[in-house]
Amino acid sequence: MTFLTVVSIIAGVMFGIGAIAAVWRIIRGPSILDRALATDVLLAIGICALGAEMAINQHTDTLVVMLVLALFAVVGSISIARFMARQDAS
Amino acid sequence: MSAAELTAGVLVVLSAFFSMAAGLGIVRFPDVLTRLHAATKPQVLGLATVLLAIVVQVPTWGVATTAVLVMTFQLLTQPMTAHMLGRSAYRTEHVRRDLLIEDELGRDIAEHAVPDELDESEPGAEPEETVGPEGRM
Repeated sequence: MTFLTVVSIIAGVMFGIGAIAAVWRIIRGPSILDRALATDVLLAIGICALGAEMAINQHTDTLVVMLVLALFAVVGSISIARFMARQDAS
Repeated sequence: MSAAELTAGVLVVLSAFFSMAAGLGIVRFPDVLTRLHAATKPQVLGLATVLLAIVVQVPTWGVATTAVLVMTFQLLTQPMTAHMLGRSAYRTEHVRRDLLIEDELGRDIAEHAVPDELDESEPGAEPEETVGPEGRM
């Protein structure tokens, strides 16, 4: 078992714990803002996991996917936050 | 096992640890603002370490420039998200005020409140926050 295999197992477990915690907050979140925030965290963990897989397997196939996700991750949370704002003249 | 593999492995484990810490943080912390603090870790630090790991593993110019581009867009967009979420959390009263040490936004809102709006008993509502008296943000 090589070093990077051990690394991939440890990192996979840690990413999994983080993602499950984010999903738990999406389910249990008291407000929609908590859910939007947890969705953002889940997306960030997904981006990090994509990058970790690329670094471990030494390829760059999904680097463009990371770029697009980093560009458009902002849309969902901002629209939810705008929808939540009660008296917002700006 | 080369030095590049060792560095990339350590960086990947670090990024995974940040992701786990963020997950535990948004489960454990009490309100939206403190969860925003926890959410920043994989979004900025975790992404930076994992991009560094990719550049160490595949050291070409194309990969390096794309990694810089990903990090730039993430650093441009995530503060906007955090700002909007924190702003609407404050305005819709999803903030635990007993946990706040200092509430500077509340103080400014109380200073610049329009007299007509004072009767509405909505402490989070203030119509001209983005355009202050001197046009400041």
